[in-house]
Amino acid sequence: MDATRLSGDAVVTGPPIIKDLVGAVPDPELPWVTIAELGVLRGARISGERAVVEVTPTWSGCPAIDAITDSIRAVLTEAGFGLEQIEIHTTYSPAWTTDDITHDGLRKLAQAGIAPPRRPAEDPQGATRCPLCDSSGVRPVSEFGATPCKALMVCNACLEPFDRFKEL
Amino acid sequence: MTSRSETATSCHREEHRQLLFRYVLAHADDNLILAQRLSGWISRAPDLEEDIAMANIALDLLGRARMLLDYAGQLEGRDRSEDDLAMFRSEREFTNLLLVEQPNGDFAHTMVRQFLYDAYQTALWKSLCGSADATLAGIAGKAIKEARYHLRHSGTWLLRLGRGTEESHRRTQRALEGLWRFTAEMFETSETDRKLAGAGLGVEPAGLQPGWERGVEKVFCEAGLQIPNDRFARSGGRSGFHTEHLGLMLAEMQWMQRAYPGMQW
Repeated sequence: MDATRLSGDAVVTGPPIIKDLVGAVPDPELPWVTIAELGVLRGARISGERAVVEVTPTWSGCPAIDAITDSIRAVLTEAGFGLEQIEIHTTYSPAWTTDDITHDGLRKLAQAGIAPPRRPAEDPQGATRCPLCDSSGVRPVSEFGATPCKALMVCNACLEPFDRFKEL
Repeated sequence: MTSRSETATSCHREEHRQLLFRYVLAHADDNLILAQRLSGWISRAPDLEEDIAMANIALDLLGRARMLLDYAGQLEGRDRSEDDLAMFRSEREFTNLLLVEQPNGDFAHTMVRQFLYDAYQTALWKSLCGSADATLAGIAGKAIKEARYHLRHSGTWLLRLGRGTEESHRRTQRALEGLWRFTAEMFETSETDRKLAGAGLGVEPAGLQPGWERGVEKVFCEAGLQIPNDRFARSGGRSGFHTEHLGLMLAEMQWMQRAYPGMQW
């Protein structure tokens, strides 16, 4: 689009300060997970006097992306950037996948009671387990849950309902 | 010599940009109109899980419409935003398929409409992943993964409804008979489609038909539903000629922005 646009690399580049600052922005729906851990942040760097940030949406219908860009703008203005010095680009390619969630991100999802997405490439035998009692005897209730990224499940052992982060 | 060929290339590129604008806008309209239709089920679905599922699917379609409208606005180069394109165009300027503007009817009618469309979207986005246009290919890369969830959802419902009670079977068969005439339009290939496919930017809809037919016939057969013999086909949506239902829907969708342009809340 223009000369300051970042490459599509799924790697966060740039000086560690801006990368850490923007990367620590929490997801509005899952506030214990950061946008760096979710893989939503594709790049953050300083270009002259400007802060250039690139993000990618998770599910097309996820309204969190608007809240995330607002939060990025807020932390950058707090760090001293003027609104006109902040550039936030949305990129669609390569498409976000649940494989972009970091291992810390997966662990935090599980701790919060959300069964993390499976990684068939890393763990072909991996099955969804109940995040409360760790039983593998679980069944789906609906592939669509409270947010676009989650499915509704129920555990046959402890009978508790729980959310599962859907593979995308 | 160099400058002449550069001018030719730039004309060519300009023509493709305008064609791509219309192409992207038509697909944006499909998603926007169906998202609006599906939203009509919120708080009225047969059960809570289904209510959430339909709202989620509507949201995915709306998100996809937003990405496509935003991109269409950039291609057009007249500074129209996604909201301008959604709220300030009239019925004749919408180029969505007639299928997606059909009223919800009963639950079976909505699910048959959704299934016919989901099967088409799955084929379409799979092909568009290979588009030479990076933005369209990127959107397709997201859309295909979501479309597969949607297709599994509506396909499962067709089996349940088709093989359920006598009443659910009868209503689903009736919906199929009412909607089948709108399916041929999905595969009509226009001059725009041909040119964009030739340039590696788009796909020829006709090429998607055999795979789509095999997929839907398999589910209909398993669900015990008969594909109507009626070969009568309705079309016109892609040229802006719609059924009476679209105008009424747009009136409801757009009235607030028309009455208070640019309002936000």
